Amino acid sequence: MGRYMSAISLNNVDVAYDGVRVVEGITFNVARGESFALVGESGSGKSTVLKAICGLAPEWTGEIFLLGEPGSHRPNLSLARRCQMVFQDPYGSLHPRKTVDAVLSEPLAIHGIGGQDERVEQALADVGLDRRFRFRYPHQMSGGQRQRVAIARALMLEPEVMLLDEPTSALDVSVQAEILNLLKRLRAERGLTYLLVTHNLPIVSFLCDRMAVMSKGRVVEIASSTALHDGSFTHPYSQALYAASGGA
Amino acid sequence: MNLLSVENLCVSFPTPQGRVNVVDGLSFDLGQERLGIVGESGSGKSMTGRAILRLIRPPGQVEGRVNFEGVDLFSLSERQMRTYRGARISMIMQDPRYSLNPVMTVGTQIEEALRVHERLPKRAMKARVREMLEAVRINDPDRVAQLYAHEVSGGMGQRVMIAMMLIPRPKLLIADEPTSALDVSVQGDVLRLIDDLVRDHGMGLILISHDLPLVARYCDRILVMNAGRVVESCDASELHNATHPYTKGLLAAVPQMHETREELPVMDRTLWAGT
Repeated sequence: MGRYMSAISLNNVDVAYDGVRVVEGITFNVARGESFALVGESGSGKSTVLKAICGLAPEWTGEIFLLGEPGSHRPNLSLARRCQMVFQDPYGSLHPRKTVDAVLSEPLAIHGIGGQDERVEQALADVGLDRRFRFRYPHQMSGGQRQRVAIARALMLEPEVMLLDEPTSALDVSVQAEILNLLKRLRAERGLTYLLVTHNLPIVSFLCDRMAVMSKGRVVEIASSTALHDGSFTHPYSQALYAASGGA
Repeated sequence: MNLLSVENLCVSFPTPQGRVNVVDGLSFDLGQERLGIVGESGSGKSMTGRAILRLIRPPGQVEGRVNFEGVDLFSLSERQMRTYRGARISMIMQDPRYSLNPVMTVGTQIEEALRVHERLPKRAMKARVREMLEAVRINDPDRVAQLYAHEVSGGMGQRVMIAMMLIPRPKLLIADEPTSALDVSVQGDVLRLIDDLVRDHGMGLILISHDLPLVARYCDRILVMNAGRVVESCDASELHNATHPYTKGLLAAVPQMHETREELPVMDRTLWAGT
């Protein structure tokens, strides 16, 4: 699979914070329209890989290609058009003093895109929020509603790639089910590529095609989600993780 | 005789629309067994744990009766209550990073928990701390006792918390989401540890969690709460035969390891007039 064909392609990527290397030798390819997961314990470097891809962790070396174009060492406009991120905690990732309308309009204003009014309405409808939420503040909404706003914000620029950093771990199970359904539907409707970070293997089973198991800053195994059905992991660490998650 | 019996427990907080019962008429009895209380956020499960220990401060109000070993906890003075907290009933909190004292070594903190309730010579005290750290399977107790909270990992921190809570040898342990801040690989260890200690010491356990499958694995009996009320009470082994639609909804909404469903079933929240 060529790096120009894939949505996300990493070749031997190392990432450091302040000179300390935390992630080493990451290599994987995510095809366009694929849903790929990074799984592992906290501190294994999953989120760091996401940050490197979207330019938030500038100290990386190696090769990153996003939709055929070389990766950037800082966030920039063209990167933002192609690739958007949804963060873990909807309580922390929305500006407390901005209404939903302001949060959703901002990316349009920055990129000089017109027709804000219809686009905001459409985005709210897409994520299953009633239009009365448009002029609310984050504190006037529940966790699930906020995460819908965060997803709507990421979709405003119609990116092809979505980076999802534990999008449901701060939510209750019933709300988690709604958000997972929403993510699955959006991907089917728009042909999005997902790179999902999670420590919850059943979510991978529901939402993803393949996964990379990470441990101590390295990818120890890349497996298909069907491995979650039959436990056909080869690396001892993946097997242990699978067993600890309740897999047989 | 029951270790703990809770009758018609109500916890209410004032809102602009009048007082709201966050726990609304909860009753249960607990012997030397493991009881799981499950519910989503806002269901009142943590408030139940706190109300038992009388940790709810004004403007919150608690009504009802809580009997512990035949003593009505709500009739005790604050001073008498303090001899129960920690010594007879203790509570493990969610996140060790916030619940441990950052400026005290782990050993001193555990020792303090013991010193408040028992007078022991210094040497005996040290021995008890050491023994307790070994009981929670910390390999190098002497070294770990010298560490500060930021120097231990999440799993180790939670073990330290458990050691601290169990060292006065309580009869009842309330564990409020003891593993939600931990990685999956460590969760199992911590729960098995709590389980072993509870069995060895003949204690009662109330495990409060939002994770239904996890609670089913480690408890004998389960109460499912929604909007301050118990909607279902059953043996853990009978959970798959649950009858209440809320319990069924909760069970179905969890993604499975062998997931083949195209879409997860979603609950209609309006049905239960919840939060």
